[in-house]
Amino acid sequence: MSAAIPEAENFTQGAVQAPAPAAAASGETFARLLDLHAADRGARPAWRHKDRGVWQTWTWAETRRETRAMASGLAALGVKRGDSISIIGFNRPRLYWAVMAAHALGATPAPVYADAVADELAFVCAHAGARFAVVQDQEQVDKLLAVADQLPELRGIIYDEPRGLRDYDHGQLHDLDQVMARGRERLAAQGVGGEAWLDAEIAAGRGADLSVILYTSGTTGRSKGVMISHERAVAAARSTCQFDRLDEREEVLAYLPLAWVGDHYLTFAQAMVAGFCVCCPESADTVTEDLREIGPTYYFAPPRVLESLLTRITIRMQDAGRFKQWLYRRCIAVARRHGEAILEGRPTPVAGRLAYALGEALIYGPLKNTLGFSKIRVAYTAGEAIGPELFSWYRSLGINLKQLYGQTEAFLFVTAQPDGRARPDTVGPPAPGVDLRIADDGEVQFRSPGMFTGYFREDDKTREAMTPDGWVKTGDAGFFTSDGDLKIIDRAKDVGRLAGGALFAPKYIENRLKFYPNIKEVVAFGDGRADVACFVNIDLTAVAAWAERNNVVYASYQELAAHPLVAELLRQDIVAANAALAQEEAMAPSQVRRFIILHKELDPDDGELTRTQKVRRGFIAERYAPLVRALYDGSAEADITTEVTFEDGRKGQLSARLRVHELDGGQHQARADQVRANGGRP
Amino acid sequence: MSNQIIGGPGLFSRRDDSVAKGEPLLTVENVSLRFGGVRAISDVSFDIRKGEVRAIIGPNGAGKTSMLNVINGFYHPQEGRISFRGQTRRRMRPSHAAAQGISRTFQNVALFKGMSTLDNIMAGRTLHMKRGFFWQLWRHGPALDEEIRHRRVVEEIIDFLEIEAVRKTPVGKLPYGLQKRVELGRALAMEPDLLLLDEPMAGMNLEEKEDMCRFILDVNNAFGVTIALIEHDMGVVMDLSDRVVVLEYGRKIADGAPDEVKASQAVIDAYLGVAH
Repeated sequence: MSAAIPEAENFTQGAVQAPAPAAAASGETFARLLDLHAADRGARPAWRHKDRGVWQTWTWAETRRETRAMASGLAALGVKRGDSISIIGFNRPRLYWAVMAAHALGATPAPVYADAVADELAFVCAHAGARFAVVQDQEQVDKLLAVADQLPELRGIIYDEPRGLRDYDHGQLHDLDQVMARGRERLAAQGVGGEAWLDAEIAAGRGADLSVILYTSGTTGRSKGVMISHERAVAAARSTCQFDRLDEREEVLAYLPLAWVGDHYLTFAQAMVAGFCVCCPESADTVTEDLREIGPTYYFAPPRVLESLLTRITIRMQDAGRFKQWLYRRCIAVARRHGEAILEGRPTPVAGRLAYALGEALIYGPLKNTLGFSKIRVAYTAGEAIGPELFSWYRSLGINLKQLYGQTEAFLFVTAQPDGRARPDTVGPPAPGVDLRIADDGEVQFRSPGMFTGYFREDDKTREAMTPDGWVKTGDAGFFTSDGDLKIIDRAKDVGRLAGGALFAPKYIENRLKFYPNIKEVVAFGDGRADVACFVNIDLTAVAAWAERNNVVYASYQELAAHPLVAELLRQDIVAANAALAQEEAMAPSQVRRFIILHKELDPDDGELTRTQKVRRGFIAERYAPLVRALYDGSAEADITTEVTFEDGRKGQLSARLRVHELDGGQHQARADQVRANGGRP
Repeated sequence: MSNQIIGGPGLFSRRDDSVAKGEPLLTVENVSLRFGGVRAISDVSFDIRKGEVRAIIGPNGAGKTSMLNVINGFYHPQEGRISFRGQTRRRMRPSHAAAQGISRTFQNVALFKGMSTLDNIMAGRTLHMKRGFFWQLWRHGPALDEEIRHRRVVEEIIDFLEIEAVRKTPVGKLPYGLQKRVELGRALAMEPDLLLLDEPMAGMNLEEKEDMCRFILDVNNAFGVTIALIEHDMGVVMDLSDRVVVLEYGRKIADGAPDEVKASQAVIDAYLGVAH
């Protein structure tokens, strides 16, 4: 460790010039870190995986042994220094070990989103020039085989779960168990593939070597391969581990897509630096239960996950008895008043503390226990803006939830909120070692310890993403608040103007609306137009529960979304959101005047969302052009036919006639007045 | 995955290989079944070969389920012989059939609704449990060891059928498609040589059907279990099965590979009807 981490006060100021990334000279690699952990804390748990209903644990020493077997086995298949290896699947220890095995050999892992359809998979694997792919199961093997003709460089596929693959042609297909068995034999022998040979391979790794190619989610077009080097990745992870005082005692749950920078950073890089234990859930469907069983101490969840958890709790409370509902409401009210002050160590009246302690015993404690949040010391959320109410709700229960702002190009952290300084509307001061500045056009630019070395095989795009003086352009528009925190408004290129000249920040409006539990997704339009209108997706969980309580009968998502009472329900939410927007001077003209409830959920398989569930605005405007037209030409109804992609990749047509809902100005003015009378609360 | 904590033999680790793959595992010879004056099955003969997927199809009331019940020992045919693994039998109770390695699922799901998925599949292990009532009461020593051993096999089935998320959910609360899957799990827990599936895909949507097809093929492929199934979805039958036997009014009207059966005039007439 060479980078001294400045005290919190030193980097709260905006564009402070931090010392150049100091770990850059140390030449650290993840492969050498693994050897260190195996020596220092060999008997401590490193990985857990729930298999056959039982949590199985591997210590650091065992992890090293397994990884070495895998490395030697992969080398026997022909993996060599400089190769790219695609890694595809759900969070499984052996897929993470494949990353480590690649590191030991000096190869570069290039994880791919497990739910990518075959075309996306082909693009990423081909672009990365993958010579080998380590995959989870038959599903991924099938996808790869289907696009094999587009992957001329692919020499072999190694699978973890053999089910269903017995009768496949095993010319290029290998069972990971056999690969590792072969590796163990080779390790036991002398010469190439032996222990000494592998040690030499690890020693030959340099800090400047690529540690991973992370493909961006492709919010704007085809995804790009972000190259991260070992020394920068280690430096970034080390500084943030110190920032949050993470050590070997942490336990985390690896449940986010393995190919996403957040997962690679929080569960792989930080674990490899701090030496803590990573737990892999049994399957994607059991994450909630596994979370409860593990009780992580360090946790990351995108706002979407936190939101759905809160929605679930709210729905369950509505089904509870009257006394319980009353108790819950009272305790939550106490938490709202005193919880955050207690969490941040601010002065709180004794009566408040007593009431909070009682609430902790009766409601917050059991609630956190049910969610698996009892042991959380540090929790982060990021990816998109979080509703202030939602953010405060979790914090008021005593969960140290903070926001960070990050990018794949920065290897995650750009800004992070220190303990005791979390705000819902800003993303905090620059993370340790990060330099931050705002360009003249409002774009946020940074330099950071984990900064990428370029886009893989796309030098022109790398040049586009960087300023001539070596700063990375984030593409996000933002500004510093008076206390030095960064506030992000929107994507720089998405911020537009209404015809009247007022600022139009679509994401800001969408986030306002999405905070209501009945609304899952929103796409706002308004750039260059007279006023704002939007598409809305209902939240099936919340609206279905509402329908059940109100005897609304429906057979399908489409039918429920088209129900007049549902429209009325959403209208109320939008009126309330408008009232809140009306309170902000810059946003008052951006109140929603018309909306359409979409007949289908926006879906990444149809290209409408990115794999990280971000709205692809341009694409949607194009695909739903008739609806956008209807929003602005005064029609009361519009027809739409769209193509949908089923999970098995087949396509079908879906058509519907949708109503355009008007929000009449008077009603909404009255509501705004009422809000003003309430002292600004909707 | 590695099994570092839970040891012991896995699912289908002790197979009976007395019958070679491709040889008849079960033969039905000239079987007739009557209920009073009603002839449910008349003089039907066919065989099920080890390792194959055998479909029994036919219009409603053709005697398909009766045929399964005969194989299963639930009905006793008045005429004809049934041999399983070369042993001929005339009368047999379902429990004997189960002990010999024949297990089945039902047309209308027959699970213990109030019990969890885990307990339902565990119930399928009853035949393999050796310790008696008093050992179970004591709950320590041999009975506990035995339960752990069986639980391991059950967990393998849960993993295989991808129902981890509903392990502890009462099956009555599960959607129909999942209940069917749990029922398949319970039948598998017996580690059968011959698995009888009575309309495994009835009432399912397309996606559930595709999942079920995959599981049936995987059971056949990974564990080498011989499967006889009744199914109405012709697409499914033709895709899944190696050979098909067609019944109509209790008689066999065709028997052969899916393509031959599809081309058979008698089958087309049976399904579409003929002008007389």
